[in-house]
Amino acid sequence: MTGYIVKRIVVAFLTLLLIMCITFLLMNAVPGSPFLTEKSTPEMIARANAKYGLDKPLYVQLFNYIKSYLQGDLGTSLKMQEGTSVSRIIFHQGKFTLSLKLGVYALLLAVIIGIPLGCIAAYNRGKWIDGFLRVMTTVGVAVPTFVLATLLLVTFAVKLQWLPTLSGSLPDAKSYVMPVISLSFYYTCYVAKLTRTSMLDAINQDYIRTARAKGVKTRALILKHALRNSLIPVITYLGPVMAGIITGSFVVESTFSVPGLGKYYVQSVLNRDYPVIMATTVVLSALVIVMNLVVDIAYKIVDPRITLTEKED
Amino acid sequence: MDEKKTLLEVKDLKVSFFTPAGEVKAVDGISYSLGYNEVMGIVGESGSGKSVEAYSIIGLLQSPGKVTGGSITFEGEDVLSFSEEQMRQFRGNRVSMIFQNPMTCLNPVYTIGNQLVEALLCHDKGYSKDQARARAIEMLELVGINNAEKRIDQYPHEFSGGMRQRAMIAMALICEPKLLIADEPTTALDVTIQAQILELMKALQKKENTSIIFITHNLGVVAEICDRVSVMYAGRIVEQGPVNDIFYDPQHPYTKGLLASTPRLDEEGRERLVPIEGTPIDLLNPPQGCSFGPRCKDCMKICLRQKPPFVQVGDGHISACWLHFREQPGKGDKT
Repeated sequence: MTGYIVKRIVVAFLTLLLIMCITFLLMNAVPGSPFLTEKSTPEMIARANAKYGLDKPLYVQLFNYIKSYLQGDLGTSLKMQEGTSVSRIIFHQGKFTLSLKLGVYALLLAVIIGIPLGCIAAYNRGKWIDGFLRVMTTVGVAVPTFVLATLLLVTFAVKLQWLPTLSGSLPDAKSYVMPVISLSFYYTCYVAKLTRTSMLDAINQDYIRTARAKGVKTRALILKHALRNSLIPVITYLGPVMAGIITGSFVVESTFSVPGLGKYYVQSVLNRDYPVIMATTVVLSALVIVMNLVVDIAYKIVDPRITLTEKED
Repeated sequence: MDEKKTLLEVKDLKVSFFTPAGEVKAVDGISYSLGYNEVMGIVGESGSGKSVEAYSIIGLLQSPGKVTGGSITFEGEDVLSFSEEQMRQFRGNRVSMIFQNPMTCLNPVYTIGNQLVEALLCHDKGYSKDQARARAIEMLELVGINNAEKRIDQYPHEFSGGMRQRAMIAMALICEPKLLIADEPTTALDVTIQAQILELMKALQKKENTSIIFITHNLGVVAEICDRVSVMYAGRIVEQGPVNDIFYDPQHPYTKGLLASTPRLDEEGRERLVPIEGTPIDLLNPPQGCSFGPRCKDCMKICLRQKPPFVQVGDGHISACWLHFREQPGKGDKT
C-alpha cells in the first residue's frame, strides 16, 4: 500500500511536469501579449518583456518556470494584479476558498440527493415516480448551467426577492443557495441517472435473490446489498468531476458575481497573464490527480475484490 | 399421505408469465406432497418449470410471473395468502433455498460471516451479535469449512466454488429450516466437488432433519440423494414415484427417454445413448393433448386430442400417459 502510494506520487510529479510543458507551449502558441493595449508602443512592450524575462528563448523561460515551481514559487502576476505573487492571489485572497466552499456544498448536494433519487427510481422501476425522475434528470442533464442560473436569478432574486442578486464573497447562508443549486443541478441529475442504472443492474444479480431468499427486509436489500455494489460507477464518475466542481465554474461564478478561482482562471487566459494561467492550470491538475488517487482508494473501500497493488504489476 | 406427516402440500399449482407475446403457462397444474425428512427430486429439462415451481413456494417469483391457481400449504398454513412481512419471515427461516451458481450468489462486497449472521439476525430469533457469530462459525464447521474462525472474515472471492456452495448451504441451514429447496446446487461445480456437496447434503439432511426439494436435470444426482422423484415436462408432472421405481421401472415414455439418454455404469456392454428426438414444445402455444405427444414414439390419436390423467402404476408411483390405458384397460385410476 505504501509502495503503491509512493509510486503514484512519483507518477503525479511527472504528470504535472508534462502538463506544465504542454501548457507553456500552448499559451505561447496563442498570439498576443500581456502588455498589449491600445496605447502601448513596441518599445514599451519590449521593455516589459525584458523586465519579466519574456524576451529569453522559450526553453529558458520554461526552465525558469519549472525551477521556480520546484522552489514553491508560483510567479508574479503580469497584468491582472501586477506585481502580486500568484500564490497570494489564489490562496490568500480567498479565490480558492470561495470556489472550494461552493464546490464542496454542490458536491455534497449531488451525492446526498442524487444517490437516493437514483435508488428510489430504480426501486420503483416503471412506476410514475420513476418516470417523473427520469424526465427530471434528463432535463437536468440537458439544461445548460447558465440557463438554470439565470432562471433562478430572475425568479428568486428579481421577482420574489427572497435571495440576494449578488452572492459576492458569500457573506451569509442565503448567498450560497443559488450558486450551489446551479452548480450541483447537473451533477445531481447525472448521479441520479447513473445510480438508477447501476442499481437496476445490481438488483437483478443473483446475490440479491439469495438475500431475498434468506428473508432480508426490502430496505436492507436495497441499502445494504444493492447500493454498495452499484456505487462503483458513481465513484468513477465523481472522481474527476470532483476536481472540476470544487475549483469552481466560470458560468456560475460570473452569473452570481462570485470572485472565485473559476472566473479568475478564464480571465487570466483572456489577459495572457502567463504566470497566472500556468499556476491555475497546475493547481487544477494537481487536484484532478489527487482526486483520482482518492477514487482509487475509495474503490478499495467499497469493493474488497479490488487490490491496489495489483495495478503495479 | 398421513396429514400429520405432510410438511408441504402443493395442489394444482399454476404459474404463468404474462409476456407481451401472451401468457406462458410455466407451471400448469402440478400437485405433490412432501413429508418431514423426505428428499424429493424434481427432474426435467431446461424450461420445464421446475425452478419456477420452487420459486413460487418461497415467494421469489419475479414479475411478470404470477401464481394463477392452486394452493401451497406448509405445515397447515396457506403460503399463498401470506402478507409480504409474513412471507419475509417465512423465507430463510422455515424454508430456505440454495441456488445453482455459487460464484454469483454471494454478495461480493460483504464477508461470508456478515452474510451468515445477517441470515440469522433478520429473523428475530433472539441472538445477540456475538452469539450469531458463534453460530455462524459453528455452521461453517458443520459444512466442512476448515479454520472457520478465520475464514468467516473472508470475502466470497477468497473462497473456491465448492467452498462457496458450502457457505451457501451453511447460510441456508443456519435458521434450521424445515425445508431446503436446492435449485441445481451442483450444476455449476466440477464432478469431484459435486460428489462432495451431495455427500454433505445427505449427511446434513439426516443430522438436521430437514426435508429437501432437489431440483436438477442430472439423473445421477437424483439417484444419489432422493427418496422420491417427480419428472416434469412442459410445466406438468408426468411421472412421480419412489426413486427405485423411477430408475428401474419407468412408465412414462418421457422418463424412459430421459433414462435412455443417460449413461449408466450398471448396463451390460456398451450401449449407445439414445437422445429424445424433437424439441420442447412452445409454451406460448401448448398442444391440446399430451405435451409430450409430438415427441413421443408411441403417440396415438387420443394423445394429441386430450391430456392424459394420472394412473396408479405402482405403490406411490403414478404416471400420466394414455398408453397405460391401452396396456391395462380398467386399471386407470383418475387422480
